[in-house]
Amino acid sequence: MAALPEEPAEVVVKPDPDGGVLPQPPPAPPPAAPPSTAPAEGEAVGAPGSGGEAASSKPAPPGPAASPAPTDRQTLLAVLQFLRRNNLHESEDILRREARLLGEEVAAVALSPAGPGAQGTPGGETDATGGEALLSRVAGAAGGGVAAGASATAAAPPGKVGGVPVEDQPDVSAVLSAYKQQGDPALYEEYYSGLKHFIECALDCHRAELSQLFYPLFVHMYLELVYNQHENEAKSFFEKFHGDQECYYQDDLRVLSGLTKKEHMKGNETMLDFRTSKFVLRISRDSYQLLKRHLQEKQNNQIWNIVQEHLYIDIFDGMPRSKQQIDAMVGSLAGEAKREANKAKVFFGLLKEPEIEVPLDDEDEEGENEEGKPKKKKPKRESMGSKSKKQDPNAPPQTRIPLPELKDSDKLDKIMNMKEATKRVRLGPECLPSICFYTFLNAYQGLTAVDVTDDSSMIVGGFADSTVRVWSVTPKKLRSVKSAADLSLIDKESDDVLERIMDEKTASELKILYGHSGPVYGTSFSPDRNYLLSCSEDGTVRLWSLQTFTCLVGYKGHNYPVWDTQFSPYGYYFVSGGHDRVARLWATDHYQPLRIFAGHLADVTCTRFHPNSNYIATGSADRTVRLWDVLNGNCVRIFTGHKGPIHSLAFSPNGRFLATGATDGRVLLWDIGHGLMVGELKGHTDTVYALRFSREGEILASGSMDNTVRLWDAVKVFEDLETDDFTTATGHINLPENSQDLLLGTYMTKSTPVIHLHFTRRNLLLASGAYSPQ
Amino acid sequence: MAEEKKLKLSHTLLPAESMKVMAEAVGIAQVPEETCQLLADEVSYRIKEIAQDALKFMHMSKRRKLTTGDVDFALKLKNVEPLYGFHAQEFIPFRYASGGGRELYFYEEKEVDLSDIINTPLPRVPLDVCLKAHWLSIEGTQPAIPENPPPAPKEQQKAEATEPLKSTKPGQEENGPLKGQGQSAAAPDGKGKEKKAPVLEGAPLKLKPRSIHELSVEQQLYYKEITEACVGSCEAKRAEALQSIATDPGLYQMLPRFSTFISEGVRVNVVQNNLALLIYLMRMVKALMDNPTLYLEKYLHELIPAVMTCIVSRQLCLRPDVDNHWALRDFAARLIAQICKNFSTTTNNIQSRITKTFTKSWVDEKTPWTTRYGSIAGLAELGHDVIKTLILPRLQVEGERVRAIVEGPVVSNIDKIGADHVQSLLLKHCAPVLAKIRPPPDNQDSYKADFGSLGSLLCTHVVKARAQAAMQAQQVNRTTLTITQPRPTLTLSQAPQGPPRAPSIIKVPSSITLPVQTLVSGRPSTPTQPSPPPTKYIVMSSTSGSSASQQVITFSSSPLGTASSPISTTAAGVQPVVKLVSTAQTAPSATVTGNLQKYIVVSLPPPGEGGKAGGPPGAQLSPSAPPGLALPGLAPAGTPTIKQEPGDSPQAPPGTPSPFGKANGAQGGVAGSPQPSQ
Repeated sequence: MAALPEEPAEVVVKPDPDGGVLPQPPPAPPPAAPPSTAPAEGEAVGAPGSGGEAASSKPAPPGPAASPAPTDRQTLLAVLQFLRRNNLHESEDILRREARLLGEEVAAVALSPAGPGAQGTPGGETDATGGEALLSRVAGAAGGGVAAGASATAAAPPGKVGGVPVEDQPDVSAVLSAYKQQGDPALYEEYYSGLKHFIECALDCHRAELSQLFYPLFVHMYLELVYNQHENEAKSFFEKFHGDQECYYQDDLRVLSGLTKKEHMKGNETMLDFRTSKFVLRISRDSYQLLKRHLQEKQNNQIWNIVQEHLYIDIFDGMPRSKQQIDAMVGSLAGEAKREANKAKVFFGLLKEPEIEVPLDDEDEEGENEEGKPKKKKPKRESMGSKSKKQDPNAPPQTRIPLPELKDSDKLDKIMNMKEATKRVRLGPECLPSICFYTFLNAYQGLTAVDVTDDSSMIVGGFADSTVRVWSVTPKKLRSVKSAADLSLIDKESDDVLERIMDEKTASELKILYGHSGPVYGTSFSPDRNYLLSCSEDGTVRLWSLQTFTCLVGYKGHNYPVWDTQFSPYGYYFVSGGHDRVARLWATDHYQPLRIFAGHLADVTCTRFHPNSNYIATGSADRTVRLWDVLNGNCVRIFTGHKGPIHSLAFSPNGRFLATGATDGRVLLWDIGHGLMVGELKGHTDTVYALRFSREGEILASGSMDNTVRLWDAVKVFEDLETDDFTTATGHINLPENSQDLLLGTYMTKSTPVIHLHFTRRNLLLASGAYSPQ
Repeated sequence: MAEEKKLKLSHTLLPAESMKVMAEAVGIAQVPEETCQLLADEVSYRIKEIAQDALKFMHMSKRRKLTTGDVDFALKLKNVEPLYGFHAQEFIPFRYASGGGRELYFYEEKEVDLSDIINTPLPRVPLDVCLKAHWLSIEGTQPAIPENPPPAPKEQQKAEATEPLKSTKPGQEENGPLKGQGQSAAAPDGKGKEKKAPVLEGAPLKLKPRSIHELSVEQQLYYKEITEACVGSCEAKRAEALQSIATDPGLYQMLPRFSTFISEGVRVNVVQNNLALLIYLMRMVKALMDNPTLYLEKYLHELIPAVMTCIVSRQLCLRPDVDNHWALRDFAARLIAQICKNFSTTTNNIQSRITKTFTKSWVDEKTPWTTRYGSIAGLAELGHDVIKTLILPRLQVEGERVRAIVEGPVVSNIDKIGADHVQSLLLKHCAPVLAKIRPPPDNQDSYKADFGSLGSLLCTHVVKARAQAAMQAQQVNRTTLTITQPRPTLTLSQAPQGPPRAPSIIKVPSSITLPVQTLVSGRPSTPTQPSPPPTKYIVMSSTSGSSASQQVITFSSSPLGTASSPISTTAAGVQPVVKLVSTAQTAPSATVTGNLQKYIVVSLPPPGEGGKAGGPPGAQLSPSAPPGLALPGLAPAGTPTIKQEPGDSPQAPPGTPSPFGKANGAQGGVAGSPQPSQ
């Protein structure tokens, strides 16, 4: 750890300008996450701070109480009141100072104990539990020290987080009571079928758009019935209409079908998602007017209320979209992304490569030809240099994110990389890569994660039996460093000191790392191959040294299973995401996360760094992909269109595109700059667990549970677009059905699901998976 | 994604009774109905919730199967103590019980004695995880190596073969036509079909890219090795080669070559009357058929004529009076039957065409006995229905013909042998069928009336068949023994590898009147012929007396076997097929006309499969397990279990199969089941 530069750490700790502008109370708002994540936290945070009370907090629906907007004074007051009640004066003071609230106000609030949202409904109780959960979080943060708290707070300007419209939903109880409105339960079916009839009779061009209403309306009407304890009506309502819903909502419907009692609504996550976030629909103005007129004519207040309160209708001018266009974009848990959500500028360009010093390059030549023809080589080196000098207009400023300085060994590695690159195979539809498959045999324990080093010298497997196993796939065996006593005997001046510190006796092809206490779901090598990250069901991320093959740090932050982790392409930072619905950015030398990216409505299942290290993409079980800005923690892109949990992500090497794979077996391609879907690759019949672009980005390889590796023509996908200005402006895409033309090859394994893919520096494709006899 | 799939979700609930049962299990006797209902609702909901969470863990573990571990983790998420004791990798067998109007599913937990566990030897440590690399693809093409799946899965091969629009080679007939290939009477009606497949003109014919027919160097080497081994002289190599053909998944590309090899090989060797090679080639066909990754339909047009030739050809060997070409015919007949079973459809009509071919050549007056035998064998193998409709009605005619030869003036020895064979074949196949379709009272006279000269023989056989069936019916569990048509087994081996005591068992009991000779094999006479390995036949016979004496005759296929004249050989055993009749049998041997002995030739199934009917399909010989001649149950010679009946599989009693030697040589082809000699 000492090897890591000190500087970036400092920079990260101090609050960045953006974040500083807003008066942010340190503990409460941003890290506390937007409401949707709160329920998970409520359970999660039980342990550290406030002991007994918090632990006893039920999986309550405390969410919106923690509404992050500083303007939401009532919430703050509630929190303060809570702090006071529990004699946490220090935290209270800090909070109050930060929030610039006056003592009187707080006192005034204290006089009306029920709080804003507790109007005589069960909300009172939920408010309390919500407060408790929050409180425990606050306490935890305070315990961690002010500095840590500050660094953690540097996260998101809350209003933007997730693009989930939470601002206007002050409280759980308010949301709950929104369901309180009593319509005649018997009439619900009538309402729904009335609307259905209306939509089915609408003009073709509007029908597709208005059909989007079915699902959210169905869900909310059902929930209303359940909430108001009309069980039988709810049941028959569900029976009658659930068959009409699009098949991609099946999973959620299954959850809903189990939800038949008011008591169940507490703590049901899917339920909470629906309550706390508005379902986003994108509808053209004409269609919307049509709907509005219809509902007003019919005096259909029930539906109108739902539309008003639970749906966010994103109205656009212009032609209504076609069924295909809609189908391409919907499917996520909370509807489509709002258009504003994808408007922020993203610096997707690559960072300038550091120039490699001449002496090193000379050494390179020496290695290559002993004859000594330095002149011949020189022009080439210059050309290389000039190429890297060009600044990509879309690239972020070089120092936007503080990055660790290059060490000598890193430079050596870069040179190796360049050397290899000259021998790289130019891939294309005519020249497909060879695929070498590494099969894990006898993996009875269950292989759950694989990673390969960038230079393809080591391969790591994470297993369900909590072990992490590292293999060397080159003749060079894995050796660990000698013990301290032996090290002291070594002549430190000798040239081969790096060789001498290694203990020959420990050389072996396989090293097993023990430490986790649950299945290891993600592994990642550091770019310099000195460290290894693994994350596990036990809620920790562990950093292992590949010099000593021991665990260095266990990062505890996620209290629930951590599904994925990855090192930044420049090392030092890493990201993790887990069941607690947040992704966290860490630096290896901080035991607390630097950023918490909150906004997903379900588990964060996979995380990837952008090649320029300024952005992080996360895929989630809520069927969306989000792109986060590392600098300020903002969510800058939300991609919807998948119909199942996302399980793989890959950035193209030039940083412009993102490929995502999900359980629906489809691979979707996104233009990051425009925030648009640009391609859909159909072919896999099962979850796509692995995606990788070739080194030059010509080929996209995908590996799946259906035991195949498929190769796709990435060049062709991307060259077809860029022309249509209209689509860029409106975001309405028309995807060509050309998956079959883009598919360059399908390679079946015997019975091995493909769970990892890796292109070597020479563009040889390595695939791996565990043989699973049927 | 847009397709509307109607979802079927319902509110499934646990029954309230379950709650009651569970409550009782923990000692709460009186639970009100209402409480049960509430509990059931709640528990159902929680279970669903946990199941949905467990699914999440399954997905993240990149598995398709939900395990108990996933459920444990899901419980842990909810802060619930996981269930201990459910750590099976596979599903947990729940047992069901009912009684008193209640139904119960429970997990059986056996009480285990600790000392049992301690005292049992430790199981072997499972292998550790290891990493194995192979080429999934080399520059875009997938190499055909065992690590990769077969290049064209069987379904695809089938689709290619059966869906004409997708056919790759327009010139190739898909229907498996019977092309008249050789000089034989194989398929006279097939020739008209040899036209090009109908090309659909005008239709948007989507031709798939032709499959590449260049073989890689490795494949060429493999092909060379395999074909050489298959027809070469080393039996061990052949066994290995056939094994490879029968199991290797990557042969799809080479299939056309193999098919041509076989068809050409048969064509040439029939002309040269090279029985050994024909047998080898048939064994190759068998191996190809056995390969689970190959779909042969596209090559039937070459294979069927070849196999048919081996069944019905007039002459298959140089000395038809001595050589056992009958076994080859039987073997090939079984192959044809298998082909029919596997590939016959209503479009290609393989079975009906084959049946027609056989019938035609059988009905013909001038057909030689060899062809006649082949036709009947081919028909008989096609199953009981065919026997019933085609063979039984002709029994009378055929019996007359046989009688004319056997009882009439000696025309030629060859004809006589042929007639004998035909007779025994008819008896063997018809008796079981008759036993099934004729009502029990078996009257010699009525049989005679119905079936002419064969009647009386048939009658005794039917009686035996009934006895056999009755006996088998008693053996309730051994259902495998009811298989009446053993799968083809053709065993060959060479003399030098024979068991050491082959010559020593030759005993000549004094009571035997028949000449017994031992023919020592000599050198092959014709150098042009790939030397047929010297063959030996071991003939066992026991007299009807109780002496249980045995007699072993070793024949040689060698033309130079000068020690005996062919005539005497015939007289001795009539043919190298031997039948053992023990005295304990119910069927009186007195009814057997002609020779006093019956001879059985039984092949020794490989040790592991001694008990199975018909033996294994693999016709290989390995030096370690010589499937030579075996007489299961012979060792305790007088035991009543020895009942070798025609058409019946050797029911090996647990007694040690005594390898008396091997059926050696090319002509020693012996079926897996006992054959009657008469």
